Amino acid sequence: MKYVDEFRDPALIRQAVAEIRRLADVDRHFRIMEVCGGHTHAIYRFALEELLPSNVELIHGPGCPVCVLPMGRIDEGLSLAVEHGAIFTSFGDVMRVPGRHGSPLEHKARGADIRMVYSPLDALRLAERHPDRHVVFFAIGFETTAPSTALTLRRAKELNVPNFSVFSNHVTIIPAIRAILESPDMRLDAFIGPGHVSTVIGCRPYTFIVDGHHKPTVVCGFEPLDLLQSIAMILCQLREGRAEVENQYARVVPWEGNRAALNAIGDVFELRPYFEWRGLGFLSQSSLKIRDGYAHWDAERRFAVAGVTVTDPMAAQCGEVLKGVLKPQQCRLFGRECTPEWPVGALMVSSEGSCAAYYNHVYRRTVVGAS
Amino acid sequence: MCLAIPAMIVAMGAEPHLATVEVSSVRRTVNIDLLKDERLAPGDWVLIHVGFAMSRISSRQAEEQLKLLRMLGEDAEAMQELEGYTFE
Repeated sequence: MKYVDEFRDPALIRQAVAEIRRLADVDRHFRIMEVCGGHTHAIYRFALEELLPSNVELIHGPGCPVCVLPMGRIDEGLSLAVEHGAIFTSFGDVMRVPGRHGSPLEHKARGADIRMVYSPLDALRLAERHPDRHVVFFAIGFETTAPSTALTLRRAKELNVPNFSVFSNHVTIIPAIRAILESPDMRLDAFIGPGHVSTVIGCRPYTFIVDGHHKPTVVCGFEPLDLLQSIAMILCQLREGRAEVENQYARVVPWEGNRAALNAIGDVFELRPYFEWRGLGFLSQSSLKIRDGYAHWDAERRFAVAGVTVTDPMAAQCGEVLKGVLKPQQCRLFGRECTPEWPVGALMVSSEGSCAAYYNHVYRRTVVGAS
Repeated sequence: MCLAIPAMIVAMGAEPHLATVEVSSVRRTVNIDLLKDERLAPGDWVLIHVGFAMSRISSRQAEEQLKLLRMLGEDAEAMQELEGYTFE
């Protein structure tokens, strides 16, 4: 327990760890998926797996937006800068995602106008400042980020900014969880529900996991104690044969979510019939497209984006890692061809991706550091 | 990607959907439209994500969230993000 003393309340941490050990029957193996990439990052950063008994295994889920973005979408977004001379804007996480002909940063080095922004509103402001250029915002993220894009589109329409558009890659978390639950190699016992996504959607959408699949689900905060308490709550449910949605993060997550945010999403976006997810394939009703009322600000319509599918590098096993079938280090490219400096697969790009998190917090220390 | 930055509202904006927030002496304008039902006022604490206030929190939670960002090694990144907002 070398990190425990640095935590906010070491006594409570020790208590939670003792509770987990008490509840985790030694004759059973427990597989718990944390859905959210922020949780994955925190788990590795705090080395929480070292505090858990060996029969409690954490599986790192699909909740890292850049990790599930298919390569074809990056290529299409970048083509707006390369072929149409637009200013391509997006968040920092997107800048290193590999496309077929390189990442946004590599395109920038070759002369394309690629700019990092911290808010979609910054992209809109850029368009107002450069009326002679088209500015496209490459939107990415789950329900945490979608309301911000929705309000930016509303603002663009209100102000009637003609030279701004959004290339929407927003996805929704529920279909991804459903796909994992319905996958033939599914072997999970429970879910740690996402924190910030749940501030928007609330806890109710997770009821299908408990009702239909009988898997306990606990919505969880991001502190070490939050994660350990949530694991204890899950083990307690499993021991008692219960499957319920519980809210460990009630101090921030309202059960009903954020009505204004859900209304903004519903007003601006509708569900696409299907969308490709890296590692999970095509999932129906799993992503957000811009409604007809905002067609003028929809980059896909304005630039007649074709919808190209690009196959991932065959050797990378991102899909198996995403579904929890393989551990990051079991992928044949891990640590050799695929590293955080030179990512091949998307799970290595973001600090929230399970491969990058494992590489930075475990592999670099134990293997790279030792050599 | 899902960085949530705790910030205190120090002034309401010129337009009703804007407010000025402060974190570690840095002041920036953010959008508060997603919390319009909360009737926010100066002195209230919120979590900021990509330029938008997403949740209202207590001052104690704000302090804990700042500490968490430090522990995660994301405090510099959070300040960079806040300083990077240019839409005011």
